[in-house]
Amino acid sequence: MATATHLLTPEEANADIVPEAVVVRFAGDSGDGMQLTGGQFTLSTALAGNDLATFPDFPAEIRAPQGTTFGVSAFQINFGSAAIETAGDAPDVLVAMNPAALKVNVADLKPGGLIIVDEGEFGARNLAKAGYDTNPLEDDSLGKWQVVPFNISQLTLESVKPFGLGNKEALRCKNMWTLGLALWMFDRDRAPIENWLKTKFAKAPELAEANIAALNAGHAFGETVEIGQPLKQHHLDPAPAVPGLYRTVTGAEALSLGLVAGAQLAGLPMFFGGYPITPASAILHHLSRYKEYGVTTFQAEDEIAAIAASIGASFAGSLGVTSSSGPGIALKTEAMGLAIMTELPLVIVNSQRGGPSTGLPTKTEQSDLYQAVYGRNGDAPMPVIAARSPADAFDCAIEACRIAVQYMTPVMLLTDGYIANAAEPWRVPDMSGYAPFPVAFVEEAPEDGFKPYARDNKLARPWARPGTPGLLHRIGGIEKQLDTGNIEYSPDNHQAMTDIRAQKVLGIADGCPEQVVEQGEAGAKLAIVGWGSTYGPIAQAVRRARGRGQDVAHVHLRHIWPLASGLGDLLRSFGKVIVPEMNTGQLKTLLRDQFLVDCQPLNKVSGQPFKIAEIEAAIEEALA
Amino acid sequence: MTEMVKLTAKDFATDQEVRWCPGCGDYAVLKAVQRTLPELGVDPAKTVFVSGIGCSSRFPYYMETYGFHTIHGRAPAIATGVKLANPDLDVWIITGDGDALSIGGNHTMHILRRNLDCQILLFNNEIYGLTKGQYSPTSRVGTRSPSTPFGSVDRPVSPSAFALGSGARFVARGIDVHKNLPAVLKAAHGHKGASFVEIYQNCIVYNDDVFAPFTAKENNGRQLWLEAGQPMLFEGGTKGIALDRQHLCLKVVDVVDGDWQTAEVIVHEPHNRGVAHMLVEMPLGGEWPVALGVLYEDPAPTFESAIVEQSRALSEGKTPDLQKLVAKGQTWQVEKEPHTL
Repeated sequence: MATATHLLTPEEANADIVPEAVVVRFAGDSGDGMQLTGGQFTLSTALAGNDLATFPDFPAEIRAPQGTTFGVSAFQINFGSAAIETAGDAPDVLVAMNPAALKVNVADLKPGGLIIVDEGEFGARNLAKAGYDTNPLEDDSLGKWQVVPFNISQLTLESVKPFGLGNKEALRCKNMWTLGLALWMFDRDRAPIENWLKTKFAKAPELAEANIAALNAGHAFGETVEIGQPLKQHHLDPAPAVPGLYRTVTGAEALSLGLVAGAQLAGLPMFFGGYPITPASAILHHLSRYKEYGVTTFQAEDEIAAIAASIGASFAGSLGVTSSSGPGIALKTEAMGLAIMTELPLVIVNSQRGGPSTGLPTKTEQSDLYQAVYGRNGDAPMPVIAARSPADAFDCAIEACRIAVQYMTPVMLLTDGYIANAAEPWRVPDMSGYAPFPVAFVEEAPEDGFKPYARDNKLARPWARPGTPGLLHRIGGIEKQLDTGNIEYSPDNHQAMTDIRAQKVLGIADGCPEQVVEQGEAGAKLAIVGWGSTYGPIAQAVRRARGRGQDVAHVHLRHIWPLASGLGDLLRSFGKVIVPEMNTGQLKTLLRDQFLVDCQPLNKVSGQPFKIAEIEAAIEEALA
Repeated sequence: MTEMVKLTAKDFATDQEVRWCPGCGDYAVLKAVQRTLPELGVDPAKTVFVSGIGCSSRFPYYMETYGFHTIHGRAPAIATGVKLANPDLDVWIITGDGDALSIGGNHTMHILRRNLDCQILLFNNEIYGLTKGQYSPTSRVGTRSPSTPFGSVDRPVSPSAFALGSGARFVARGIDVHKNLPAVLKAAHGHKGASFVEIYQNCIVYNDDVFAPFTAKENNGRQLWLEAGQPMLFEGGTKGIALDRQHLCLKVVDVVDGDWQTAEVIVHEPHNRGVAHMLVEMPLGGEWPVALGVLYEDPAPTFESAIVEQSRALSEGKTPDLQKLVAKGQTWQVEKEPHTL
């Protein structure tokens, strides 16, 4: 997914299948620590220089009953020595910590793929809980895969024996044993994981030691056990990458860093109002640690208070930011209208999840586009931008801050559950390359008096902070008189103010780059037009199709409202346009409406990201 | 600001035409506030009035200070952001019974328990005025209104009891047209923390004289004006409030010849939370008076000061460095040249 960091050779671009890439899925009970295992495996992968993309997939329940299929938590990573853009269509390796994990995940595995299972967990009780009538390890139901069963539970217990842990605690080290084995399989250095364990268990050194022992035991097991073909060591060379300093980053982390950077570039303290909601809470968690950057975080009593306090903070001269997911965004809607009416800067982050209502809280979807663009009472225009990947979330957050302060407007920044949780390598940006956009508050009244709703060349109104002598003024949600901002209900005034609000937001496109084509050229027979986290699968699918000589282009939108300049002409230049979306066709509607172009939808609302193959199939069909 | 010229009530009035109904109690409150602020010596530029929605919430437009007329029920939340962003600002919240206790009940509860330093003036007229007269959460059982033509059936909330229950550290009551209102406002302003003031405000159009049983001239004996260190007397000193020791509740006692000691009338101690709870629970009507003035005051650390202090402590000795921030965590260096296209 790290498209910004990896350049491709023509061979790579033309290859039918990305060479030397492996997809591994770790699956276990919610309490088995699979997300931690995956996270640490990701770190070791990044440190080995492979490109990677991950897909954490966990249930909404925190600890569903042990051993059940609905309590299965999985973490998939795709890594290799070439550019990786998705978490992979189908795993090559499945690590299943119990029968339920096997049952839920095995069907996704590639034929011939490797299954590593903890046979110690395949007792009658766990088999029954997973709904197996017979033990799949003993019948031929797993015939098309290679199954390597070990008693990981037993091996772990033995490896941590010297530390005198209770049985339950000792078994918690299973995930580290498994990680040790995985590190051996892919020829990885254990030292960073050992360091991490020592930090994590700094207050309980015996737990750190036990976990390290389990890690080493798993590694040693791989080294010494002579099991032959299925379990062999692989070495993947580092992926080619632009030289520089790298780290891994999740979308939530990159977005939080981008907000901090955005506020700093604007020269403002940041006020972040949030309320816990999956999958947006991670942003609140990250930002609450950045106090020295002038960040104040406020966990409000509800979603409405979170945005309301942020608006209050913007009024007082901070950069107000709030964040939520669909249901919480719905609650904030009235307050967004207030921010539009009072023309105060505000960034609203929506980490989209499956909907409607509570929907699929831990699964991904991009079905809040209508909500973002249209979802308010009155004619309430608001700019909307969308991040395409974890790394892109950093730049998008800065862009959202810029638009908010330069145009005095709330801005909606769309991300999704997939981007928020997924990790990818990120070339640490050189911050000196980001142009500051310092805010100039009004400090004194002009000679003819201060007019809170006067306009600059961007149609933005002046920002005067309470506390400034001579600029006393009142704002509110009632329609404003042109210039003065006094209450004014007259028909002409409302028409004029409505027009100004719309023109101001449309004018944002003038300050943004023209729409670019990611791959291919204008005029191609087919264009795949996407937005948000479908970037990875679309880019790969188009790359493969172009490798086969097909005339297809990829266009990806960052600016959802207003749309980038030149997009209409660009769309009209293509023979056909397909818009893949993880919703029932929302961008498609917007594009048809704006440009009268016959965009064809390609929709998926299963809570899972698109597979490359699904988009490739659509390309094939369209060009057949 | 350096030495300020002495301001007057006029300096706190805007050029905007006041649009309340003639005879509305809101005018009296506006005048009281405009008169009190210069006496307090506040700087208009550092003063912010934040309101929700309702008749009283138009208030900020008439105050020559900074002002924010927000959305229904959310003034406490907006005010929280204002104060956290700039703790030097003097924040007043103007709200009503529907705004603060129906649609915004949640925010009212939380601003009080957090103890944000601000003044909350709740104009209680026991009716929805701006939407033309529906019964409100403080309307008494049996209130006839467009939405309850046969009388309301649900029990009302007591604003002051709600405030106290939410953890308020300052609870006071006043009457729109009463001469004591400025003193109550001054006490509220003097209190560091969330100061909750319930103002009985007459809605001349939809709920006229609803408070007359204790505000009308002939009934003003029913006003129990509380003063720290003074006995709780009313009806011209002929009646007082004492503790019914058997049932652990308040009772009304007769005071003969001013001898309140013999009648065991309670001396008001504003920090006594237990007595405050009993005062706000006194029933309306019968032999009971209405407790007015500062019912309860016991300062506690404020929310914004705790936030500021934590931020200061955690930032101490740290220089913000964006480049360092983005490079946090485990990093690795890629040296070799990339493939070229």
